[in-house]
Amino acid sequence: MREPIIKVENLVAKYDDKVILDGVSVEFYPQEVTVILGGSGCGKTTLIKNILRLFEPAGGSVTIFGKEITTMDEVEFDKILEKIGMLFQNGALLNSVSIFDNVSIPLEQHTNLPDEIIAKIIEVKLNLVNLGHAIRLFPSELSGGMKKRAALARAIALDPPLLFCDEPSAGLDPLTSASLDELLLKLKNQLKMTIIIVTHELASIHRIADRIIFLDNGRVLFQGTLQEAKVSGVPEITTFFEVGKFD
Amino acid sequence: MEYKNKTLFLEGDVTKFTTTDLLAEFSRIKISEIEFIDLQSVKSIDSAGVAFIDEIKLKLKDFSPKLINVAEDINASIETFSAEKMPEPEPAEKANIFVMLGASLYNWLDNFRDAMYLSADIAYWSFIGIFDRKGQRKGSVIQQSLLIGVDALGIIGLLSLVLGLILALQSAAQLRQFGANIFVADLIAISMVREMGPMMTAIIVAGRSGSAIASEIATMKVTEEIDALKMMAINPIRYIVVPKFHAITICMPLLVTMATILGILGGLIVGITYLDLSVVSFYTQVINVLTLKDILIGLSKSVFFAWVIVIIGSYYGFKVTGGAEGVGKATTLSVVASIFAVIVLDALFSLVFLI
Ligand SMILES: Nc1ncnc2c1ncn2[C@@H]1O[C@H](COP(=O)(O)OP(=O)(O)O)[C@@H](O)[C@H]1O
Ligand SMILES: [Mg+2]
Repeated sequence: MREPIIKVENLVAKYDDKVILDGVSVEFYPQEVTVILGGSGCGKTTLIKNILRLFEPAGGSVTIFGKEITTMDEVEFDKILEKIGMLFQNGALLNSVSIFDNVSIPLEQHTNLPDEIIAKIIEVKLNLVNLGHAIRLFPSELSGGMKKRAALARAIALDPPLLFCDEPSAGLDPLTSASLDELLLKLKNQLKMTIIIVTHELASIHRIADRIIFLDNGRVLFQGTLQEAKVSGVPEITTFFEVGKFD
Repeated sequence: MEYKNKTLFLEGDVTKFTTTDLLAEFSRIKISEIEFIDLQSVKSIDSAGVAFIDEIKLKLKDFSPKLINVAEDINASIETFSAEKMPEPEPAEKANIFVMLGASLYNWLDNFRDAMYLSADIAYWSFIGIFDRKGQRKGSVIQQSLLIGVDALGIIGLLSLVLGLILALQSAAQLRQFGANIFVADLIAISMVREMGPMMTAIIVAGRSGSAIASEIATMKVTEEIDALKMMAINPIRYIVVPKFHAITICMPLLVTMATILGILGGLIVGITYLDLSVVSFYTQVINVLTLKDILIGLSKSVFFAWVIVIIGSYYGFKVTGGAEGVGKATTLSVVASIFAVIVLDALFSLVFLI
């Protein structure tokens, strides 16, 4: 069995007293696309944010690249963050600076590359997400789907070995969504990225998923490969794969 | 609507157009006993109509009447819109006055502690930031200085001049009675340099820039921009707050200096036009009465005010919860709190320097 790149054990997450995740144990494997599934509001975003320490877990442990991160100090954790890209559910571009500057932030902060090279990288990354023409625009001048793609360009600016995407294709038209999937597959195959993605799009799941994690009511209902998921016999999952929606 | 044989017959359209009349009609009917509500002749129903049926069933709950002769499409609407199967909302906890007082005290202490932590963080990173610009955007101190300082020149200058005029006019009449005309220079100089200049400027900056800081940070928080910065291993305090802290620390004493000079100028205008003073005598009087200590007190106060404004603005910004309406609340709270803090701090300073 391969070593997981992220290992989450008995994670408990709360907002105030409300328990959102109740003892979640999941594993993510290198160079695979893992899709996190579950009804809206079931805690998918919360799971990601707890793994990345944007919220302090109420219990449990998270190991990334073989290191326990819940108790790690900031300086060491920053080193880990440099190897992680995150696409937020709403993009979370900095609204006060242009698309170019948004993508340049991680490059300027974490590399010593000269400006010309940084500019090249930014252009390439924006072209990968089909936003080459929007390089000088500001986030407020983009549509929702464009914002997400720009945010993806920012997330992959440093070619991170680990990429999180929270609902990248929600709000995209089917064509753009398909080309986004193609890009994610390229990143996985050519840059050997590990990709963790929240999505509800059945078509997209069939195209890219290696593994599935199914959350329900704060617990893991199922985790395994896509093939295993389809024949798992778990009623909620079978329904989802048949009609593409949750009960 | 008809009531006979322990049955209530509804008919026609039971929709948002008829519900009001139906309710009125229902309240006129005297119902002694009822077993069924018959819907056979109901032609159409919408969510208002279903709510009406729910309502009368609730009023008749002692008899728990059954719906009968429900056509299929009518039944489908009832299934969809009936409130009966909705889960009961959890009853709110009854609050006890002592529990509430205790909770708000705890809350206040928590907030105070958080604010102190934030101040320490801001102070630390601002100090580090003087030597190490990593984690800040290029040119952001200059940009912030323009926003906080240059853009405020006009309004602060104008108001200080007017303030000087008012102060001088208020005292001019009294001073003239005693032939003490020249002392208007002392009065204006001392009060502008030590009190009015710093305080007036701080209040305007709190209103302009304190609120802008709070709303900028709060907006970034609710749009997850802060989380995005953290994910790029960028400290949000270094990236957002430190440039503002540096800019305001530079701008505030300069603004106060300008405000003070214009305030004294206002006094001079009154002196010349109303108290028959000459420019030279006014000027020499001002120079003679002012000590270096007064000027230093005024300027050091202004720096503390500046810090308080940044810290309070950032605190309310980072603390925001909820969406867009949270941003508005954070902004308002931060302005109120920073003006309050500036005045309290000013009072403390007066006490300290009195002793
Ligand atoms: N900042 C927050 N404060 C309080 N409750 C939250 C917060 N964020 C999310 N929640 C709640 O946590 C639950 C899970 O949210 P989330 O993880 O965003 O769901 P999703 O699976 O749709 O991504 C929801 O019920 C939501 O109301
Ligand atoms: Mg979500």
